[in-house]
Order: sequence, then structure tokens, then C-alpha cells
Amino acid sequence: MELVFALVIGTLTATGVYLLLRARTFPVVMGLTLLSYGVNLFLFSSGRLATGEQPILGTADSYSDPLPQALVLTAIVIGFAMTAFVVVLSLRNLADNDDDHVDGTQPKQPDIDVQDEEEITGK
Amino acid sequence: MNHWLTAPILIPLLGGILQTFMGYAPIPLRRTLAVATTVLLVAASFILLSLATDDAYRVYAFGNWQPPFGIVLVLDRLAALMLVMTSVLALFCHIYSLGGADQGNRQFHTLFLFQLMGLNIAFLTGDLFNLFVAFEVLLIASYGLLMHGGGTVRTVPGLHYVVLNLAGSAIFLISVGMIYSVTGTLNMADLAVKVPQVADENLNIVQAGGMMLLVVFALKAAILPLCFWLPKAYGNATAPVAALFAVMTKVGIYAIIRVYLLVFGDNAGPLANLGMDWLFPLALITLAMGVIGALGANNLRSLIAWQVIISVGTLLAPIALGSQAGISAALFYMLSTTWTVGGLFLVANLIAGQRGGAADYIITAPKMHHRRLLGVLFMLGAVAAAGLPPLSGFLGKVLILKSVDSGVPMAWLWGVLLVGSFLTILAYSRAGSIVFWRTIDGHVDARESLSGTTAVAAALLTALSVVIVALANPINAYTEATAAQLLDTSAYLEILKAPMAGEEN
Repeated sequence: MELVFALVIGTLTATGVYLLLRARTFPVVMGLTLLSYGVNLFLFSSGRLATGEQPILGTADSYSDPLPQALVLTAIVIGFAMTAFVVVLSLRNLADNDDDHVDGTQPKQPDIDVQDEEEITGK
Repeated sequence: MNHWLTAPILIPLLGGILQTFMGYAPIPLRRTLAVATTVLLVAASFILLSLATDDAYRVYAFGNWQPPFGIVLVLDRLAALMLVMTSVLALFCHIYSLGGADQGNRQFHTLFLFQLMGLNIAFLTGDLFNLFVAFEVLLIASYGLLMHGGGTVRTVPGLHYVVLNLAGSAIFLISVGMIYSVTGTLNMADLAVKVPQVADENLNIVQAGGMMLLVVFALKAAILPLCFWLPKAYGNATAPVAALFAVMTKVGIYAIIRVYLLVFGDNAGPLANLGMDWLFPLALITLAMGVIGALGANNLRSLIAWQVIISVGTLLAPIALGSQAGISAALFYMLSTTWTVGGLFLVANLIAGQRGGAADYIITAPKMHHRRLLGVLFMLGAVAAAGLPPLSGFLGKVLILKSVDSGVPMAWLWGVLLVGSFLTILAYSRAGSIVFWRTIDGHVDARESLSGTTAVAAALLTALSVVIVALANPINAYTEATAAQLLDTSAYLEILKAPMAGEEN
């Protein structure tokens, strides 16, 4: 279970960071979402992985820590609100600049023919 | 248990909720209630300041749960100082916003008050995860405020700011998880007890967690590799918002002082003074970078935004060295620079309003109206910010210079700070002489009228520099006591034994 869990966190985080570094707002938003999934799972695992254990000290040899679950719940709620905001902001960026590049406009490229430009800006 | 501790959180919360439901109420009513809320907040902060002067730690445990099991608010001298600094700045920014900046968005006052609530939670909390929540509260309000006023110029810097801070929040959560997985606690006092006892095989996890936490705080404080979002975001924000944001970088600095002196301080065993050897050179490079940016700024607002970065570098260098005199000097300078930079943002906006199309660009333009008043205000602000006598920036910088013991750090700090200050003076005098003196014939088109509210708010905030000089002795005594209290971490740990309500005696 630990190995699968670690691999899932690693995949989510790596994908999230990769997408975060893209130049368009949609992949960036997706990247932030995946990153927050990875982070939430990581936070959950900080209380150790245990199945079928009680969240009460002293009743059994091992127990499942309820605190990280409370932390994750808070983080999910906050992450959800932030994602909603960043989606709206990205749409505003698209509407204001007619372009969903994260800098508002494409960086100037010297030799570019019209067809390439159409592919880049989507216009 | 002291219920006064919740006042700086509850006052803006209730005031903000009231504003949420008053979106369609008459503007004068909304403004009166909003400013009344801020005035109440200033009063509450000063009451807490007077409580904090007896060097005791006051604890408020939510739900009467004994720390470290519940979340606590802790009031000490540092928290009280930050509260007063923020609420006084906020009052003048809020009054300034009544001059028209609060229009265009029905929820401006709501966001403004929630921003203050987030700041106050961050200053009062004694719990690392609660600090994360406070950061998120103040950030989500700041996203709204940053976009306030509309216009496409704010969209792109706003997007960068939001994405960067969301990534920062992710790193914050990871580091909190790493620290919790080893220590089993997030209460700051309990962490200070547990971190020195961490077993050797887990040491690296806590160390990595601590360093990642420093990255998050560095992003908030805008330390060099993480500061490039700031000039654009602040330079394009509405004036009262930019002025209020002068305190946002100080939240990062506050968190560094709080967490790294308490949890990773001298008593932290193998992790003592974690990250501080990184922080000192970074602080100096940040300072140098800020000065270069200020010299290259082409408008007044971005010049002042770079001043924010200069003050971050100036503040962090003595904090990284960690001597009592250095921390005291940094706190003194923080008070001075926050108010001065806030005032300068307001004055720059007034200047922009009087120059029509030239706005606040550092270019020759026709003579502006009210240039005597605005010139004096700009000079006051510039003198205080650059650190020339007789204003408060000078005192702060002298205290910082005096606080370092002779040696290699002293050579670096003196060299960078003095050359940096000199070049800052150049940047301000160049900007001031072009904007005010090098005028051409003609008349200013599309001039805004100078309203009394905005002029008075900007003038008073700038003049606080003079007040700091007048009260330099008591303020310095207070910051020295604060530094002593911060370095004596054993007293902070007593909050773990604080009696809960119903079990006094």
C-alpha cells in the first residue's frame, strides 16, 4: 500500500509541476489542481497509513491519527475555493487579452509565418 | 484566557459580513460603517499593545482546549506591535479609499476588512496550520483587492500573483505535513519542545520541512529569487490597496521571526538557526536588486514597489544575524518603512492624478497643480524611505548598522546598506527633480481634482515618519524589550501550561 500511495503522490505532483510550467492558463489551472491533489494525499499520509484502526489513543496497539484528516479537509476546501477563483481569473485574462497565454500576449518571435501564428494563438 | 485577543479578528469579521449584505445600501452609510470598523480595530490594537507591555504571554484557547490539543491565539509584544502597525496603516488607506477608490466594486470594503482579518489571524495565531489558514484568508482577499479597479493592466500581474501564491500554499502544506509526520504536533510552543528531541533518523525530514517553510515565507516576503512578481503587482494595484500591501511582505518577515526564532532558534539542538546562513546573503542580494530596480524604474509607483523590496532586504539582514540589537533595530525599521512606503504609494497616486496623461511616469510634463503640497509630501516620504536624517528611516538604518558586531558580516552589511542607500537617494532625487522641476510649458489635460480626504490621509500617513522620530525613545525601548522577549523562548513554552477557563487556581 505504501508503495502505491507514494507512486500516486509522485505522479500527481510531477504531472502537476510539469503542467504548472506550461505557458497557457488552462494547463496551469490543471497543474494547480493536480498539485493540490498530490499535496492533500501527502498531508493525509503524514498521520501514517492504517486501515481499520480506531482514532482513539490507548484502546489498541496502533491507531489512525485523525488530525491529518482534519487538515486535509481544510486544505481541500481552501484549494477548491482557490481553484474556482483562478478559473475565473483565467477566463478574465482570455477575455481581456484575446489570448490565454499566461503573460497575456505571446512573446515576440522574429520569423513566424501566418499559419504558425494561427496555430499558436488559436485565432 | 483573555477574550480581548479575539477582538482584532472579530471586529473586521463582523464588519466585513455586515458590508457583504449592504452591497446596495447608500454609499455614505457603507463608508461610515466600514471606517468605523477600522477605527474600532485601531482602538482594539492599542488596547492589546498596552496589555502586551508587561512582557507576559496571553493565551486564548479556542473551545477551551488545552494547548497543544486545540488552536491557540497568543499575544506577545511582537504580535501587538504588528497589530498596531497594520491597523494604523489600514486606517489611513481606508480613509484614502473614500476619495473614490472604493467605487467600481460593491465589495471593496468587505475585501478590505477580510484582508485585515487574515493579517490579524496571522499575527496572533500560535499554531502552524492556523498560520496557513490565515495566509489563505489574507491571500484570497488580496486577490480580490489586487484586481479592484478593473482594467486589463491588472489581469496579468494578478494571474501571476495568484498562481505563485497557490504554488506557495502547496509547498506550505507539504512542509507542514513533513514536520507533523515527525513531531506529531503543529502548535508552535509544542514544536519548540519537540524539535530538539527529534531522533537522528528523522532529522532530515524536519530539516527539509523547515527549509521548505522558509521558501514559502520568502515568497510572501519577496526575497530575491522569489520577488519578481512584486513590482508589477504592486505597481498596478489601486493606490490604497498598494499602500495596504506594504504590510503584506512584512507578514512573511513576521513568520520568519516567529517560527525561526522560536522553533528553530538557538535551543533547537542539531537544527539550531536553520536556514539563517542562507538568509543573510540572500537578504543583501535582495537589497542590491531592489536598488537596481529602483534606479531603473520608469514610473513612481514601480519605484516605490522596488522600495518595498529594498526594505525587505534591509530588514532580513539583521534578523538573519539574530542578535538582540539586530532584531530590535529591524522591528524599529519595519514600523518606519511600512508606514513610509504606504504613504508614498498614496502620494504617488495623488501626483498621477494631477499630471493628466503623464500620470506618474518619470518624464517631463507641464507643471502640475498643487505641486507645492505634493512636492513636500513626496520629499518627506523619499527622505524617510531613503534613510536621510532627520526622519525615521535614518534612525532605523543607524540602529541596524550599529547592531552588527565587527567582522565579515559587518563589512558586507555596512557596504551594501550604505551604497544601496546612496543609490536609493539618487533614484528618488532623479524622480523628484524630473517630476516636479523639469517642466515644460503647456497645460495639463484631464486633471483630477484633489479631494481633501485623500490629501489629508496621504499627508498624515507620510507624517507618521515625524511621529516615529518624536517617539523614538519609547518605540526603541519597546522594540528592545520585544527582541529580548523573542530570544527568551523558554517563556513562550509556558503557554502549554496556561490554565484553561474553569480551572483557574
